[in-house]
Amino acid sequence: MKDLAPRDFVSRCMDQEIKEGRGCGPDKEYIVLDMTHLGADTIMKRLPSVFEIGHNFANVDITKEPIPVVPTIHYQMGGVPTNVHGQVVAPKDGNPTAILHGLYAVGECSCVSVHGANRLGTNSLLDLLVFGRAAGHHIVKAAQGFGSHKALPPGAAEFTQARLARLQGSTSGEYAQDVANDLRKAMQAHAGVFRTQALMDEGVGKVKQLAERAKAIHLGDKSNVFNTARIEALEVDNLMESALATMVSAAARHECRGAHTVSDYERPIDDAAAPNGRNDAEWMRHTLWYSEGNRLDYKPVNLKPLSVESIPPKVRTF
Amino acid sequence: MTERVFQIYRYDLDTGEKPRMQTLSVSLDGSERMLLDALMKLKAVDPTLSFRRSCREGVCGSDAMNINGKNGLACLTNMRTLKDPIVLKPLPGLPVVRDLIVDMTDFFKQYHSIKPYLVNDEIPPEKERLQSPEERDELNGLYECILCASCSTACPSFWWSPDRFVGPAGLLQAYRFIADSRDQDTGARLDNLEDPYRLFRCHTIMNCVDVCPKGLNPAGAIGKIKELMVRRAV
Repeated sequence: MKDLAPRDFVSRCMDQEIKEGRGCGPDKEYIVLDMTHLGADTIMKRLPSVFEIGHNFANVDITKEPIPVVPTIHYQMGGVPTNVHGQVVAPKDGNPTAILHGLYAVGECSCVSVHGANRLGTNSLLDLLVFGRAAGHHIVKAAQGFGSHKALPPGAAEFTQARLARLQGSTSGEYAQDVANDLRKAMQAHAGVFRTQALMDEGVGKVKQLAERAKAIHLGDKSNVFNTARIEALEVDNLMESALATMVSAAARHECRGAHTVSDYERPIDDAAAPNGRNDAEWMRHTLWYSEGNRLDYKPVNLKPLSVESIPPKVRTF
Repeated sequence: MTERVFQIYRYDLDTGEKPRMQTLSVSLDGSERMLLDALMKLKAVDPTLSFRRSCREGVCGSDAMNINGKNGLACLTNMRTLKDPIVLKPLPGLPVVRDLIVDMTDFFKQYHSIKPYLVNDEIPPEKERLQSPEERDELNGLYECILCASCSTACPSFWWSPDRFVGPAGLLQAYRFIADSRDQDTGARLDNLEDPYRLFRCHTIMNCVDVCPKGLNPAGAIGKIKELMVRRAV
C-alpha cells in the first residue's frame, strides 16, 4: 500500500483484510500496523503521541512491536453550511447561499466546503485556524455596526423548553447511553467504509427507529447543579440529527465520491460517465438535509476560488 | 467478571446534605480497561454520579480527579494498577461544584494571567514564522500540557494561595512562551512573574512532577524561569 494513500482508501484496505479473514488476534478482528522500521529516534521525535497511545491503550511499545488497528470515524465531512466568513448560509428565494445574519459556525460542525467528499490531513486546522479567525474578524466588524437586536419572535424558547421539560417529566424509558451505543453500532455497520445501497437503505430505517427510541429516553437525574446526565441525554438527541443527516444523505447519493464508496456504483477508472464511480455530471453538488420533514435539497459546488486560479476536478489517482 | 469496590466522594448542593463518601461496587468483565470505563458503568447504575469527561484518551484533560490519593486522569488510569477500595475524590484545593467536579475558575484565571499566546509585534511574514529544529526542540515537554489541573491541585503552595500563586500548570505555560524563539515578550513575561507570590511560592515540593499524566516537568520549567530572573538581575 502506498504511504500517502488517502484515508478512505487506506480504511477500505484495512476493512477488506479483516472482512476476508486475514485479521489478527483470536477473533481476527483487527490488523496490525508495524512502525518499527522508522526506528525509535524518529518515532519518539515525530510520533510521540502515537507512542503514548500505544503504551496507554494497547500495552504496546511501537518502537519494538506492531500495534493493533481498525478503521474508525475520525471527522465529520460536511456540517452546517457557511461562507468563508463563517456565516451560516441556506437557500432562500432562489439564492442557494443566502446568509443567516448573526449565526456563525466554525470548526468540525461547519462546512465551508474545503473538504469535498473526503477528509485530508490537517483539514481540521484549516476549519479551525483559518476560518475560525476569519469568523472572529467578521463578528467583530459586524458587531460594531449593530444598532440593537431584533425582537425575538414569540415562543422563541418553546422548542428548547419542551426538550428540557420532556426529559424532566420522564418517569420510565431507556438510559441515554444505551441508545447512543446502539446508534454507534448502526452507523459503523450502515455508514461505514464499505457501503451498498441495500445496507444504506436499511441503515436509514434503523436510525429512524433509534430516533424514536431517543424520544423516549428516561432522565434518571433531575437535579439542577451540573447535571451531566441531562447533558448526555440532550447529546443523544443531537447525535440522532447528525446520524440522520449522514445516513439519509448517503443513501440518496447514487455514486461513489471520496469516502462515500458504494459497491453498487463502482465503475472502472476509464468509465466515460463516472470514472471510479464518480459521476460529476449528476452528482457534483452539495447535499442539504433539513431536520424539518427529514427532506433533502441540493446546491451547486463553488468551483471559483477567490484569489487563485480554479483547478478543474480530475480523476483521482495516486 | 470481577467485583471492584469504590469509595466515591458525593456532594450535591440540591439535596442540602453534607458531602459524604459513598461505597459502591460494580462487576467488570475485563473490557473496562481504564478507570473512566468503570466510572461510565457506575453512572449507568446511578446517573446522579457526576464527573467531567470528553475525549476518553488523555487529550482533553477533563476527567482529572484524585484517585487513591493521587491526582490523575481517569481515562489514562489502568484498572489493574488500582487497589480496592478505589477511593475517588475531586481535585483537592478547588471548590467542589458537585461530586467529582470542581470549580476551575481560579486555575484558569492563573493560566490566563501569564498571557498564554505568542506575542510578536513584527508584521507577520508571507508564510510561517520559521524556527530551526533546535529552536522547536526547546518547546518539547512544554507544549504537551492539556490543562487538566492535576499538578496545580497537587501543589500545597497552590492550595494555600490559588488566587496569588500562578501554580505549576500556569508557570509551565509561561515558560513555554518564554522559551519560544518567535515570542518577543520575554522581558514583560518575567516582570509579570517577579513577585513573592506569583512565581516564588514554588518551594520545589515536586508533587507536580509526580502526578502529571503527560509526564511533564513543571518544576523544571519553574527552575528555568528563576534562573532567567537571576541572570537578568546580575
